[in-house]
Amino acid sequence: MAEVSIEWYIILSAVLFTMGAIGVLLRRNAIIIFMSIELMLNSANLLFVAFARHLNDLDGQVFVFFVITVAAAEVAVGLALIVAIFRTKRSINIDELHMLKG
Amino acid sequence: MGSPIIFTILALIAMLSALGMLLSRNAVHSALFLVLNFTTIAVFFLILNAPFLFVTQIAIYAGAIMVLFIFVVMLLGAEQLRSEPTAAVGRWQVPLSIVLAMILLGTFIFILASGTGTPSVETEALIEAGPVEIGLRLFEGYVFPFEVASVLLLVAMIGVVVLRTRRGENG
Repeated sequence: MAEVSIEWYIILSAVLFTMGAIGVLLRRNAIIIFMSIELMLNSANLLFVAFARHLNDLDGQVFVFFVITVAAAEVAVGLALIVAIFRTKRSINIDELHMLKG
Repeated sequence: MGSPIIFTILALIAMLSALGMLLSRNAVHSALFLVLNFTTIAVFFLILNAPFLFVTQIAIYAGAIMVLFIFVVMLLGAEQLRSEPTAAVGRWQVPLSIVLAMILLGTFIFILASGTGTPSVETEALIEAGPVEIGLRLFEGYVFPFEVASVLLLVAMIGVVVLRTRRGENG
């Protein structure tokens, strides 16, 4: 049976990344925006692993570990910020968060 | 790199779950759709000769990170919060952002599909990608980034603790 080529993975990854970008642009709930960013990071991870398999090289897989590390740190800090903002403004709709000073 | 049938099924699940994450009105449903999406990508990792990343993806992304998300959603009671653009901002953002996203997608596919002229080495024997090989590669070539990543995690942890510590009256 024919094998799937790297182009299929490129297209899938691009579609997932675009969906994440649409989520960041369209949704107004800050938590959903964070989830969309995670979706974009994951599509990049998928492409890293696909190219690691394509080139038969482990370096791509090692990079995915660093991406996962940065994503974990980002989620922890970001969710703490969202909780802090919700405590003061009683909202996480980003249209209502337009002042630097609470 | 996997048979076309399995790829198509998994890609459909991944795209539909991403779509469900985008369109769902309830933030908890969005989080659960995202868990499904992460699990599908983990299965892709397994197909692509990355068994250790498969386990890492399940444990860290679908496990730890999404539990954190669902915990915060339920802590804030934010699952039903209105998330459409408010009337003051206007609805013109929706078609504009979709057009921009389509341009982005077209650019991605054009650039990436025209730039993969790397030699395909399908004939070579597949390298081992278990935990031992990953760990060796990590500590042979990437020691400094590894240490930087550990400092990053420490900084993030301290930052979250500082952020959540209530200040005193004179603080």
